[in-house]
Amino acid sequence: MNWNWLNRNTDQILSWLLAHLWLAALPTLLGLLLALPLGAFAFRYRWSYATLITVAGLLYTIPSLALFVVLPSILGTRILNPINVVVALTLYTLALMVRVVADALDSVPPLVRQSATAMGYRPIRSLITVQLPLAIPVIGAGLRVAAVSNVSLVSVAALLGVPQLGQLFLTGFQLDFYTPIIAGIVLCLVVAGVFDTIILLAVRMATPWTRAVSHR
Amino acid sequence: MINFENVSKIFGDGDHRTAAVEDLTIEIPTGKITVFVGPSGCGKTTSLRMINRMIEPTSGTVLIDGVDTRSIDAPKLRRGIGYVIQNAGLFPHRTVLDNIATVPVLEGQSRKAARATAAELLERVGLPESMGRRYPAQLSGGQQQRVGVARALAADPPVMLMDEPFSAVDPVVRAQLQDEFTRLQAELGKTIVFVTHDIDEAVKLGDAIAVFAVGGRLAQYATPAEVLSHPADDFVADFVGRDRGYRALSFTVAGNLPVHDEPTLRLGSPAEQNLMPPDAPSGEPYWVLVVDDARQPRGWVDARRVAGGRPVDLADLVLGGSLVGPQSSLRTALDAALSSPSGRGVAIDADGRVIGTVAARDVLDAIEAARLASGAAADQPTVAGVRAGDADQAAAAVPS
Repeated sequence: MNWNWLNRNTDQILSWLLAHLWLAALPTLLGLLLALPLGAFAFRYRWSYATLITVAGLLYTIPSLALFVVLPSILGTRILNPINVVVALTLYTLALMVRVVADALDSVPPLVRQSATAMGYRPIRSLITVQLPLAIPVIGAGLRVAAVSNVSLVSVAALLGVPQLGQLFLTGFQLDFYTPIIAGIVLCLVVAGVFDTIILLAVRMATPWTRAVSHR
Repeated sequence: MINFENVSKIFGDGDHRTAAVEDLTIEIPTGKITVFVGPSGCGKTTSLRMINRMIEPTSGTVLIDGVDTRSIDAPKLRRGIGYVIQNAGLFPHRTVLDNIATVPVLEGQSRKAARATAAELLERVGLPESMGRRYPAQLSGGQQQRVGVARALAADPPVMLMDEPFSAVDPVVRAQLQDEFTRLQAELGKTIVFVTHDIDEAVKLGDAIAVFAVGGRLAQYATPAEVLSHPADDFVADFVGRDRGYRALSFTVAGNLPVHDEPTLRLGSPAEQNLMPPDAPSGEPYWVLVVDDARQPRGWVDARRVAGGRPVDLADLVLGGSLVGPQSSLRTALDAALSSPSGRGVAIDADGRVIGTVAARDVLDAIEAARLASGAAADQPTVAGVRAGDADQAAAAVPS
């Protein structure tokens, strides 16, 4: 490790780190928000489930580099525009989370769903106030996978010149110099760890009933 | 009053059509418990769910107090009908109090006001108020079921639907819940439709029983006594079971049974004199009834075990079975005699104190007398077996 190099480039690395953080976080959030209604749709209308899941699976198989390159011509953005990265990763998150949300809703006991109907809930209210809260643990588990995979996918965009931690890998590769590569890996792991912890804590806070200890 | 008029429900289509309910016409009286009973696949739950439109009929009409349920917005209709689902179906993510407050909150009541009402209801179903802050997973099955009943009662609906509400708890808790439910209904007088596959539960709780046969056919609709004494067809007879004659005894109060004096021994005190008569057969236990300080029965003891003037303790006791109280049925009286080690059933007064014992022979005589009385009341020669409608007539003929 060349600590001198790191010291000299601290400011640059920090700005890449910040860029990396929001480039990974924003698509995770957007993807989840889009996946909630789509997943609910796939769950409620069983005929759409297979189609939606297949389309999502196909979407997920498009190589990220190809998507980064193609998106500007579809969106009319410039190749260096970080929006391309956000859109691409949102699509990946969406592809992953549609299935997770549909399956999470399916994991809610049918009796609870029927019970909500019998009490006089309208479908949307039942979905939002009964079924979704109960699906949080499963959705949270899926979101952790999506968030962590976004952290690593962002770095691919370095090839296009979008500034973030991926630049460290490019630099290290071009200079045949290991310090930036190691720093990049460590920082990516830290970012992934932070995301994972935040989601974990959010799920915990949103599901107090799962930790209720039996008083029997 | 709830009316089914020629209601059918067909599931599936094309070659896979199956009738869950076939041309059901039935009138369910206001303020009574009507039990839908039958084996699985007989359409009893489907029928129940057609009342609050969780299932829509394929044809026919369901009316509540003369109003076609289809003319009411389904969620609104359901909020006006209490529903107790199997296994309680509580919302795991809401506290007990918020579970009970569900319908009032849906109806636009403030959460605070709804919780206050919920706390009262909690007490009403026999749970401490402190339980309101717990989550359903922290409650036993029986407690969850009580919360389920409280939730159904929260908006004070005139009609309650109960779908096998007590089937998931053990027999002891089930009997408790049934008794409390009977007590609650006596206070509330709701129009209740109760679904069960258990004929004993149906007989115990129902003011009227609708027996469903597989394929959604209504095989018989009558009082429990009528179903037991006069099954409409082979299906009902078979479903009700072989010991229906014995079960029918539940409907006759054992008011005029002779009660015999029974010497008793106090728990914890020694026998003052030799309890055994000199001519007691040797080698057989000689049973003496043991009571506590309040004269409540505790069990039976073999006099030989405590012959040396030793005080009786709990370990000496052989527990008896049912007790015959002032309101007990002939079935209970017979069971008390049969389940007691001495063959003598313990009779108690309203405060639970021993007043003597009843003998199986006397119960059999009372059954015979009740049978004759019911035959005479109908001005008909008696036939073998117990007659229709015997319960009311026999109870009236027997001074109790």
